This record gives sequence, C-alpha cells and structure tokens, in this order.
Amino acid sequence: MKALGHVFKYGDNVDTDVIIPARYLNSFDPQELASHAMVDIDPEFAGKVQPGDIIVARKNFGCGSSREHAPLCLKTAGVSCVIADTFARIFYRNAINIGLPIIECPEAAEGIDAGDQVEIDFDSGRIYNRTKGTEFQGQAFPPFMQELISAGGLVNYINSKKNK
Amino acid sequence: MGMTMTQKILAAHAGLDHVEAGQLIMAKLDIVMANDITGPMALPIFRQMADKVFDKDKVVLVPDHFTPNKDIKSAENSKAIREFAKDQGLSWYFEQGKSGVEHAILPEAGVVTAGECIIGADSHTCTYGALGAFSTGVGTTDISTGMATGELWFKVPSAIKFVLKGEPSEFVSGKDIIIHIIGKIGVDGALYKSMEFTGEGVSHLSMDDRFTIANMAIEAGAKNGIFPVDEQTKAYLAEHCKKEYHVYEADEDAVYEDVIEIDLSEVRPTVAFPHLPGNAKTIDEVEAMEPIKIDQVVIGSCTNGRMSDLRKAAAILKGHTVHPDVRVMVVPATQKIYKQCIAEGLLDIFVDAGCAVNTPSCGPCMGGHMGVMAAGEKCVSTTNRNFVGRMGHVDSLIYLASPEVAAASAIAGCIANPEKVGGDR
Repeated sequence: MKALGHVFKYGDNVDTDVIIPARYLNSFDPQELASHAMVDIDPEFAGKVQPGDIIVARKNFGCGSSREHAPLCLKTAGVSCVIADTFARIFYRNAINIGLPIIECPEAAEGIDAGDQVEIDFDSGRIYNRTKGTEFQGQAFPPFMQELISAGGLVNYINSKKNK
Repeated sequence: MGMTMTQKILAAHAGLDHVEAGQLIMAKLDIVMANDITGPMALPIFRQMADKVFDKDKVVLVPDHFTPNKDIKSAENSKAIREFAKDQGLSWYFEQGKSGVEHAILPEAGVVTAGECIIGADSHTCTYGALGAFSTGVGTTDISTGMATGELWFKVPSAIKFVLKGEPSEFVSGKDIIIHIIGKIGVDGALYKSMEFTGEGVSHLSMDDRFTIANMAIEAGAKNGIFPVDEQTKAYLAEHCKKEYHVYEADEDAVYEDVIEIDLSEVRPTVAFPHLPGNAKTIDEVEAMEPIKIDQVVIGSCTNGRMSDLRKAAAILKGHTVHPDVRVMVVPATQKIYKQCIAEGLLDIFVDAGCAVNTPSCGPCMGGHMGVMAAGEKCVSTTNRNFVGRMGHVDSLIYLASPEVAAASAIAGCIANPEKVGGDR
C-alpha cells in the first residue's frame, strides 16, 4: 500500500478540539464531519485538501478527547496518512481501528515542510520527500497491529476471528 | 521483575501471571461505558459484530454531553442510546433527572470499583483510577468491540511513579496538584504511560481530590492514573458500591521509567493558562502580573463538580456577590450532589451571590451548550482542557483552576487568590 500527496504541516499538540470541535459532534456523518476538519487550526484545510494529501505534525498529535470523529473526519476528507513525532494514545488507537494510516517519525516530521510532495510505502515504512529528494524510515507497526490494519480495522478483525 | 499496580490489574484480566511494558494483551473488561456523543456512533459498528451486548450489567450508557438535548440532532442521538439501553435491558442507563456527568455518576452509583479493568468512550474515563482500578479512555470502535465481546487489546504501559509527601495547605486541592504536576512533566510527559500516585501524602487527599487528579492524567498524555486502595477508598466503596472488589498493589521491585517526588505542602494554588493544561502558573506568579479580567466562570465538570468542590466554592462565595462583569455557572455533577447542595444551603449561597446553577451536564466544558463563549472572552474554569476554541469561539481564552480560585475570581472579576478572599470554612 502506498500514498502520494501534498503536505499540510502543523506544530506540537494538535488537539482533537481543533481537528473537529465539539460543536459539530451532534453528527457522526463522515462527510459532514469532513467538511469541518481542522477548522479551528486551519479554516482553509477542508476546502483545499485533495485525496491522498498528507498531514505532518510534531509532538503529541491528536491529544485530548477520545472522539473517533477526529481520525474519521481526516480520513473522509481524503488524508492518506498522518506523520508525527508522536501521537496521543487514544488518537493512535482510533486511527488504527478505522484504518487511517499513521506513522511516528520525528526525522520526517522535522524534515518535511508544508506543500512538499511526499510518497509513503506503508509496507516498508519508507517516507520519500519528492520535493526535497530526502528519505526517512518510519517505525513499522508491531505484527498484531499490522494484522489489524490488513484486516481493514478492528471490526473486520474481530469478525474474521469469529468466522474461523 | 516486579509489576506496577496497573500491570498487575492488566495481567489478572488477561489471565496471565506476568506482563511487562510493551506487551500486547487481550484483557477482559469489567465495565464498558459510552455517552451521548460516542454511544450513538458506536451502535452501527456494534451491530456489525453482535446483536446482544456481552453482559447487560457491564455495558453502561450515560447521556451527559449535549443533554438536556441542545438541538434536534442531539435529541436523536440521545433517543438512539435510550432505545438501545431498553432493547438490551441494560442495568446501567442514567436518564436525565437521575443522572449526572458520567465520571461523577459511575463511582457515586457504585458502577465501578477497585481492581477492575474499565474502558469508556470518553478520554476522562481515567478518573476511576482514583478507586484503584485500571481505567482508560478509548474511541468508538474500541467501545463497540468491548460492548460486543467483553474484551479488548491493550499495550501494557510502563509507568511513572509519583511519590506524594506532606499535606497540602488550606486553599490547595487536587486541581492545583495535578496542574502543578502537568506543568512539571508537560502535556505529553506521561504519553502512553501510567501515572501511579503513591506515598504518605495520598492519605491527605480526599477521594474527591483523587478523582480530580486521576481525571486529568490524560492531560499529561497518560493511559491511566491510579491510586492505591487505602482506608479512605474502602470507606468510599463501602458507602457507594455493593460489588466485590480486589485490591492490587505494585510489587516492591516494580520497574518505573521515572520516580518523581511531589511535596504537597509546597504546591501553591495553580492556574493553567491558555492553551495547554501544562501552562502552569502559581497564583503568586499571576498576582505579579497585570490583573487578568474575566468574563465567565464555570464551576463544575467531571474534574471539579463534586460535593467537596462545591462546598469549597460556596465557602468563598458566601456573603459576596459576583463581579458585575462576570457570568458564573455552577454545575453540580450529579443529581445527588445537586440535592445535597440544596440540603446544605449551598444553592442559596450560589444564587444569592449571582451565579446561575445549571442542571448536571458536560455542557460548557467542551463548548457544547449552556455557557459557550464569544470571541475575545476569558473564562476561569474548573474543567480540564483549555485548548483553542474548547469552550466556544476560537479567540476565547480558558484558564483552568480549582473551585477555590474560580470562586475568588468570580468575586474579584479577575484571576484572584482565594487566600486573599478567604471564606467561611
């Protein structure tokens, strides 16, 4: 599995309240949520994001609430991957569970700028910055999580176990 | 190699003699909880896996975020979980009028107890660590899976040990202590880890203080916060909970990533400035600044809406009036607390001082309803997050503080030192 897209870049501690503010949480319709993605940190994001685009941020991405609406709105908006130094733990679980690829890689998070065109190979964890010609090695998921991701998320994983 | 308290609880729930940090395990769940934001979203996912919940006594639904329903969509969401609770015959569904903020009502109603493995689709589920349980927040897919199967995968966390010493001074409570700690280690200082609170200082913390501290473990990035079970815990459980409980203790040779000593007697009233809970400033630092004028005060929430919190706020507000430029909302966290406030005359004090008293709800804490802020407004809030736009407009500002600081600020019209206002304690 590969991703290719342009980068939206953010800093430390991008919290779930700015990814999708609570005022929109009376809905869990993915399209509606996607139309408000990142609104309180980057009001232009939802209008500009193209399928395949990549978010790169620094420490503790997705801190705050447990709202799965956060990774869901990013995935639905077309985001193909989030790269960060570190992720907040609930966001990390939620992203894996719904099948939004995320990669922890501080070097890439530092070396990639807004607007760069970036290619990611999820099997190898290789991150290639086409704009700058630089390459980074992201951390691979442990086998159990790879199993979850390749099953297409936690629900499919549970169901596939049940059917065995 | 010994295990931490959290690791012991996880090992027991995974059916293993031993676990270590980093290990991936499947653990049995004692309580699986969702609210009116995460619950409705979980139902269609749950139905992909099961028709019936794994145990009707262990799946809990609490409508509290947008309730009383703030609009039609919220009403539809509440209706969905109400009907689900009825269809499934859930033992624990907390309807308005018999309810409260989830993390206050679950311990109060005896739904959660020591030694349990608990997940909730709300990040502040870590609150129940105050009772000596492993308790953590998860998202919708995880909660749906928990509801269907009664188990969930966890990565066993490492831990930071906080050794609490001494006794806090008169106007210092759990909120000041946890803001002080987050200020020290940062908002990702405990990322993926447990925060285990130990030491003789624990005995000087009330159960309400412990709930407040455990509640905000997530604000340091922690997986959970946990307190040892002592005589106070046992007395609390005897009063509230009929379930059997199990006491786990960390091994003497448990391995910690870090050990941090906190002298409670040195902690000052502490305020978290915008826009991070770790932006801690002592009240002395605040007093050295130009006065920070405020527009709103919120006293309540899963962090600080319990009985002792409201007593402390009332003691300061008694005989005073709220500053003319400030709106104050007091939100008792549960109906029982609300009633107790009436019985003790606290509602008279709040209303006479010029506060609005809201019905139990998460409302203002996450900018949901009943206290949303306009551009440029500033709020002193006893809640747990001061992120950009958390309580309303993206240009509003939140200062997190204890009920004592919030009450003193309500009177002064700017962030104020409760030691200077005093109060009838």
